[in-house]
Amino acid sequence: MGWIMTTWDSLPLILQLGIKIGFIVGPLIVAVAYYTLAERKVIAYMHVRVGPNRVGPRGLLQPIADVLKLMFKEMIIPSKSDKYLFLIAPVLAVTPAFAAWAVIPFSGTLVLADIDAGLLYVLALTSMSVYGVIIAGWASNSKYAFLGALRSAAQIVAYEIAMGFALVGVLMVAGSLNLNTIIQAQSGGLHQWFFLPLFPLFLVYLISGVAETNRAPFDVAEGESEIVAGFHVDYSGMGFAAFFLAEYANMLMISALTVILFLGGWNSPFDFPPFSWLPGVFWFLAKLSVVAFLFLWFRATFPRYRYDQIMRLGWKVFIPVTLIWIAVIGAFKFFTPFGFIFS
Amino acid sequence: MSVIKKFVNTWGLTELARGLGVTGRYFFKKKFTIQYPEEKTPKSPRFRGLHALRRYPNGEERCIGCKLCEAVCPALAITIDSEEREDGTRRTTRYDIDLFKCIYCGFCEEACPVDSIVLTDIDEYHFESGETGVVTKIDLLNLGDRYEAQIASARQQDSAYR
Repeated sequence: MGWIMTTWDSLPLILQLGIKIGFIVGPLIVAVAYYTLAERKVIAYMHVRVGPNRVGPRGLLQPIADVLKLMFKEMIIPSKSDKYLFLIAPVLAVTPAFAAWAVIPFSGTLVLADIDAGLLYVLALTSMSVYGVIIAGWASNSKYAFLGALRSAAQIVAYEIAMGFALVGVLMVAGSLNLNTIIQAQSGGLHQWFFLPLFPLFLVYLISGVAETNRAPFDVAEGESEIVAGFHVDYSGMGFAAFFLAEYANMLMISALTVILFLGGWNSPFDFPPFSWLPGVFWFLAKLSVVAFLFLWFRATFPRYRYDQIMRLGWKVFIPVTLIWIAVIGAFKFFTPFGFIFS
Repeated sequence: MSVIKKFVNTWGLTELARGLGVTGRYFFKKKFTIQYPEEKTPKSPRFRGLHALRRYPNGEERCIGCKLCEAVCPALAITIDSEEREDGTRRTTRYDIDLFKCIYCGFCEEACPVDSIVLTDIDEYHFESGETGVVTKIDLLNLGDRYEAQIASARQQDSAYR
């Protein structure tokens, strides 16, 4: 073992970081690929179908076939489009979706950058992903894409606020912006997790997360039945694949954040054996899978919201709810002896 | 009271939970998808698929060139030429069915006085060229020879209702 550590230490820092990033992004891309298969399978099962089952045993090689197909397809650049923006938009969509994973603690020690303002970093980067969508819609120079981009912009502005306020609630309870500290504040079992005292914020965060990632029932930016494919109508081949990758990486990202902020991160649900024997990574990934499954379940269940209903829900329901609950937390903590509920 | 009820229902997301419950139940239901090339749905003996011309057991072709099928065909898909053979019987020299015109109504089979033209239960066939979808007399007779067992058994099963 010794020689591994010495070689590791002798590597230049940039290479060390590159390898670490590779160990996060590689599995993430595989996870995204298989998340698409899981989505098709889960939705098919809820439709009483069987889903893809032809490529490989039980369809397990389907995502690989999809990736190969997309890689070898021609990427068409519309002649009336802004070529520079058209090409940079998918990059702008993918980069924040991947970069945000840098601060996610997979276990107590397994985190690439354990920075103190981790939550702010995540919030900033998840907000960045909307630029990819808006620029794609603008650069395509097509009506459908433009409408999709406009819808996405308005929607994300509305839900970003509710989401931010939900995070403020978590901050008030945990007293830190560091994701690891937030998780440690939830240690001690299921009843210590923040989703109990912050239940309204938990619901608001989860639903805003679905809206943030432009997923059904908030998928008006794509809105297949109304505006074809919304902001990415004109993308094909790898450009389309990049948006696809970004959308699913964002879904996993929101799932991971929900787990970290409200479901105890890598803490086991019960603080006694055999549950406490299992490593933190297992619990983190298990909870992440459950939340990620919820995304697919929602898509199979709920019809798309009308656009004005989305706006009403965001501005007139979620933002007041989060504001009131933040006030409730503050009042309880500082003016009543029941502050222990929120700590 | 109803106000409280409405409040609880709205904020408890009860209707959403009910919807999720429905899809959640269907998730575990048995799937009845037929895995097509390996599994197939059962076919009725009255299934109307690809055509065939039958023969008598002694090998003589049944068709006597009466052209009733050509006359009854609503899609004008059948074209028949006939002439007298050396032994004095009438037989077709040409019996073409344009499958691009055919609507598989089965009138030709019903019109046939000698049970010569029949519709088999074959529904998986293709043409190699998109120019023409015509099957000729030779093709039809060959089909009849090859699928005689199926044709006869389907006619046998349906005979009680004819």
